[in-house]
Amino acid sequence: MGDLIKKNLKGYKGEITYPEHHQSHAASAFFPGPFKEAAIITMDGVGEWATASWGVGKGNRIDLHSELLFPSSLGLLYTAFTYYIGFKVNNGEYKVMGLAPYGKPVYAQTILDNLIDLKEDGSFRLDMSYFNYCQGLTMTSDKFHELFGDLPRKPESSITQRDMNLAASVQAVTEEIVLRTARYVRRETGQRNLCLAGGVALNCVANGKILRERIFDDIWIQPAAGDAGGSLGAALFIWHQILGNQRDVDGVHDLQQGSYLGPGWSDSEIEKWLADAGYPYEKMDEADLFDTVSGGIAAGRVIGWYAGRMEFGPRALGNRSIIGDARSESMQSIINLKIKYRESFRPFAPSVLLEDLEEFFDTDKASPYMLLVTPVRTSHRRELSEEEEKLFGMEKLRIPRSDIPAITHVDYSSRLQTVSAADNPRYHGLISSFKKKTGYGIVINTSFNVRGEPIVCTPQDAYLCFMRTEMDILALGNCFLKKEEQPHLEPADEHHSEKRKIPEVKSRAELRKFGLIMAGAFAVLCVLLYFRNSTLPPPAAGLSGFFLLSALLYPGLLFPIEKLWMKLASVMSYIMTRVLLTLVYILAVIPTGLIMRLLGKRPLQLGFAEEVKTYWVDVDPEGPCSRPEKQY
Amino acid sequence: MGRIKDIWGFLRTRKKWWLVPIITVLLLLSLIIVLSQGSALAPFIYAIF
Repeated sequence: MGDLIKKNLKGYKGEITYPEHHQSHAASAFFPGPFKEAAIITMDGVGEWATASWGVGKGNRIDLHSELLFPSSLGLLYTAFTYYIGFKVNNGEYKVMGLAPYGKPVYAQTILDNLIDLKEDGSFRLDMSYFNYCQGLTMTSDKFHELFGDLPRKPESSITQRDMNLAASVQAVTEEIVLRTARYVRRETGQRNLCLAGGVALNCVANGKILRERIFDDIWIQPAAGDAGGSLGAALFIWHQILGNQRDVDGVHDLQQGSYLGPGWSDSEIEKWLADAGYPYEKMDEADLFDTVSGGIAAGRVIGWYAGRMEFGPRALGNRSIIGDARSESMQSIINLKIKYRESFRPFAPSVLLEDLEEFFDTDKASPYMLLVTPVRTSHRRELSEEEEKLFGMEKLRIPRSDIPAITHVDYSSRLQTVSAADNPRYHGLISSFKKKTGYGIVINTSFNVRGEPIVCTPQDAYLCFMRTEMDILALGNCFLKKEEQPHLEPADEHHSEKRKIPEVKSRAELRKFGLIMAGAFAVLCVLLYFRNSTLPPPAAGLSGFFLLSALLYPGLLFPIEKLWMKLASVMSYIMTRVLLTLVYILAVIPTGLIMRLLGKRPLQLGFAEEVKTYWVDVDPEGPCSRPEKQY
Repeated sequence: MGRIKDIWGFLRTRKKWWLVPIITVLLLLSLIIVLSQGSALAPFIYAIF
């Protein structure tokens, strides 16, 4: 691995370090955070063999204390339900979280009674007979489908109340596991603050619960809590823990720089690109731009807002965002269906001025990275009539529940971002301008992309996304673009033009090589047969001669033979690869497994152990975590 | 070669000797598959089996 890294980082002669997966998550949670010392919890699908870990960070050091081991994984349990509810594995988990408030957790007890043995300290084991991710290509097994009474929902088929109840159930179990773990880690470490990372830390509903239960005085969550953040964690781990550089924190302000760590384009670069492409735009000073754009938002327009450096992590935080009016009843459906082309149930998140946070929400905790879910304040809620209260599932979606309905989820919750003038003065300026016009210092903020595509990075990405959707206005830096003034988008401007089919042509050199290989192979066959029968076999010798002469004199003659032969080769390869792999499984894997079982060696910890108090395993102080300079 | 050295180092450090037969067979098999996949020699090699 070291050779590969050095080869690709041309000219790099330094050392290479290999922090463990959860060590990197833990580093990404603690080092950029605001605390001098804190407890750390990481939870995800799996990394190396760990699926969760906890420890303590102090000054410029982190130390992991315990971990949970594969295959018992909260991330994979959530993913199994994501798969069963018909969303994409490792992709649709946030949709399950969004769907949960529409359902009731009627299956939560079934999960706790059958699928999982959960201890008081949040550690657990899964009954692997309900899952198939260890040995198969699906997440769940037939036994799982029998338990819940149906096969997995087919993707894109309609979502039923049962799917919503399943989502609510796995969300409830997840929250229970996260809360028990948080309480246990608080007791064990005695720390007052908590840092979180790992994919499960993107479950902002569970994060909000930890905060509201007041288990810790304060929490900080790495905005790129998924594996992308591991790169940041690994770099900071080397900087602080290995190189010994000090960390300078004040207990309040973090070092993540608003997570605006990605690439950015200056106004002059954007202007040059627009002028070169010939797209009509109007250059404005900042005050005019804020005034015009906020006027557009208030008039019900949908805005593409592109400014400064791109966000690092899965959330758009006001530099690559689509913005709309949170007061509008129709905005949720408009943006979902006409701009993002995604399911209409998906709620939107608000960006609220930090100074107006308590005006709209039941919290005083700033959430600059959109990682906390908080209830909307009662004074902004709308009383539901008796008939409206009785509605189920998706029917709830059409009922406005507050005077900011586009960002109020069916359970009155909201995944909010607080915007401060210090973190993002430009975005703060825009929302302040909207507040001057309407009295509301809050807007819808959703990532600048369409479903299935990444968030836009360059001005060109932003322009193409703007033109392909029904967005009305695009602000690229200080350049203001109106949809109706733009020229029709030529197919040449599109990213993905149709692939042309290229006719198959073989060069003379390739055919000559083929002829020589065939001549050689038949010659070897001749020699082998000669030693066996003591006579030269005429067909093999003839074929060898034919290929040799053709290769040397007229390779073109070999074209149809080569085509036919290679087709035969690919069919044989297809069959033989499978036959050989099956043989390897039977002759090498099964006997090794049987011998290990006879010797009592079990590499995976399976089965429930009712008699033990915990499934947490101590991190070996002399194990891989202690030698990051070694790959293993 | 670097990767084989890595695998050997891993087996030694972590004492996962039970992986040796599986890795050896898989290495030999991948050699056969890599050498024959997309090559004119595939039908000759597979004829041996």
